[in-house]
Amino acid sequence: MEKFVTHTGKAVAIDLANIDTDQIIPKQFLKRIERSGYGEFLFYDWRFSPKGDVIHDFVLNKPEAEGASILIAGENFGCGSSREHAPWSLLDYGFHVIVAPSFADIFFNNSLKTGLLPVVLSADDCASLAKNAATSPDHQITVNLEASTISDNAGFSSSFKIDEFRKYCLINGLDDIGLSLQHEASITAYERSLQQDQPFLSFSA
Amino acid sequence: MKTLFDKIWDAHIVHSEAGKPALLYVDLHLVHEVTSPQAFEGLRMNGRKVRRPDRTYATVDHAIPTKNRNLPFADPIAAKQVDTLRQNCKDFGVQLFDLDRIEQGIVHVFGPEQGLTRPGMTIVCGDSHTATHGAFGSLAFGIGTSEVEHVLATQTLPQSKAQNFLINVDGDLPFGVTAKDVILAIINRIGTAGGTGYVIEYGGSAIRSLSIEGRMTVCNMSIEAGARAGLIAPDEATYEYLKGRTFSPKGDDWEKAVDYWRTLPTDPGAVFDRTVEIDATTLAPFVTWGTSPEMSVTVADRVPDPAAIDDDTKRRSYERALEYMDLEPDRNIESINIDRVFIGSCTNSRIEDLREAAKVVQGYKISGSVNAMVVPGSMQIKRQAEAEGLAAIFEDAGFEWRDAGCSMCLAMNDDVLAEGERCASTSNRNFEGRQGRGGRTHLVSPSMAAAAAIAGHFVDIRDWKFKEN
Repeated sequence: MEKFVTHTGKAVAIDLANIDTDQIIPKQFLKRIERSGYGEFLFYDWRFSPKGDVIHDFVLNKPEAEGASILIAGENFGCGSSREHAPWSLLDYGFHVIVAPSFADIFFNNSLKTGLLPVVLSADDCASLAKNAATSPDHQITVNLEASTISDNAGFSSSFKIDEFRKYCLINGLDDIGLSLQHEASITAYERSLQQDQPFLSFSA
Repeated sequence: MKTLFDKIWDAHIVHSEAGKPALLYVDLHLVHEVTSPQAFEGLRMNGRKVRRPDRTYATVDHAIPTKNRNLPFADPIAAKQVDTLRQNCKDFGVQLFDLDRIEQGIVHVFGPEQGLTRPGMTIVCGDSHTATHGAFGSLAFGIGTSEVEHVLATQTLPQSKAQNFLINVDGDLPFGVTAKDVILAIINRIGTAGGTGYVIEYGGSAIRSLSIEGRMTVCNMSIEAGARAGLIAPDEATYEYLKGRTFSPKGDDWEKAVDYWRTLPTDPGAVFDRTVEIDATTLAPFVTWGTSPEMSVTVADRVPDPAAIDDDTKRRSYERALEYMDLEPDRNIESINIDRVFIGSCTNSRIEDLREAAKVVQGYKISGSVNAMVVPGSMQIKRQAEAEGLAAIFEDAGFEWRDAGCSMCLAMNDDVLAEGERCASTSNRNFEGRQGRGGRTHLVSPSMAAAAAIAGHFVDIRDWKFKEN
């Protein structure tokens, strides 16, 4: 996983609640076996017409959204399926941070495992940031994960909460599997006790 | 005093230390073609093996065709994904229930059917509807591909414990009100994010009275209420269902297993972080009108008017949903005409669902303006339904009778709504484009879907004229 320490970038807002993973990456793009290259399919049905023409009204297609790396969205972002293709597509498109009043559980977990940072701010703070992004010239947001702060160059500043262990993993780009395998002896011991105490639960067809 | 969830959680801790997620043992890992290729590839890149192939079972369901399965796939990308799973299962020693097997089916249908799912277990799968298995009193939840790789490699997952949420549904369910209506009512009540951060235990006399199939329908849609897992305490009905299944414990082991399972239900007096009470006697058949599973009304109601909503965000989401669904406020639900009917998905494709739908269909023909199909959840269910004469009832009425798979629930294969088509669907999500770009999905129970296929519009199943034999 890529390390995440700080990030500064331009923001764009999609002012909708309950943006689900079917919108983030429609199912027809889940048949690929690769982990990369999903950015071009991000919000596909919102970005492109059925014929494949660019929908200019959609916020990500507007010239001012060009190069944005921080997405501000409504509550319950990422609800729906467990597809990790959702954070993969956001990252591949160029987003590093998603700011929302709340996230769906599985999306939140998946994001942390891929190096995409979900930041929870109050609805009012999300609205302030979105307003600044839309109205302030050369607007930039800076997220400092170590300090758990988010601020912009238009006077906004706030802190956010994040699980300390997850923060540590992101800052160090740590692979979860490697960390869990440090407990290999405990896993083996657990399996042995399972076999001893509950042999009747082992699998055999 | 512990809840069912507390007991399962405590029994599966491999390692824990303050300030870190607990390392939880995974008893059963179910795998399918869509969310696993990158996980197996990760194992290969790091020279890792599947730690417990005996606790890992795979099937194909999401992207496979539901007809002509003996022919090469029309979609080369889906074919490659399925072939990749075959190769991965071969390389890593994982048992695969492939297209040529009677056991093949939707991952959340075939697991319970084969007796892989049992009370007290931890079960994961790279699919958000894994909570289905909670119907047996197991802690089952959906995970992403990184976590799939983690479980393949370590048979564990680092997890932070969710809170306990009890939803009690008490009283007798009125005629025509099914498990699907119960869970749609719950989602309507607590909202699509109402269960976020919780594991939901469903209790109360109405839940107890449900069959195991019905309990699976309820637990299945926990994620539509935001909860990663939903569960129901095991009881005699659970043991009855599991006894004699392929992977169920046998002989002496069976007795010991049941003795253990009897210790699992929530202790009297255990404390829940949140409780919601629902009076089953007040429930009615539900129909979703919008693009989130929480946007529903009873069949006797009307489409809501966004103008009556104070909250700005909610009002805008209602307006957007009505525009997408091409519906106007105050529209009578029964006046909504439909083009397609889909009976299937991990929510409602089990034998009991098909029996309920067939009862409605018997003696009728589907409306000339409707295209309808039944997609059984597994090939075993398909054969059983054929033996029981259900398939003949559907086919005589004009339904297509397909092979097992996820099909039009998520429309990854050829089973897709065309732009503007309106569908009565027994599946679990009515998101924009879920069943096909521009397609309009209304979530309902199997009997409501069957009745809509015949009438060509929604009808109140409580008024249906059943023609028996």
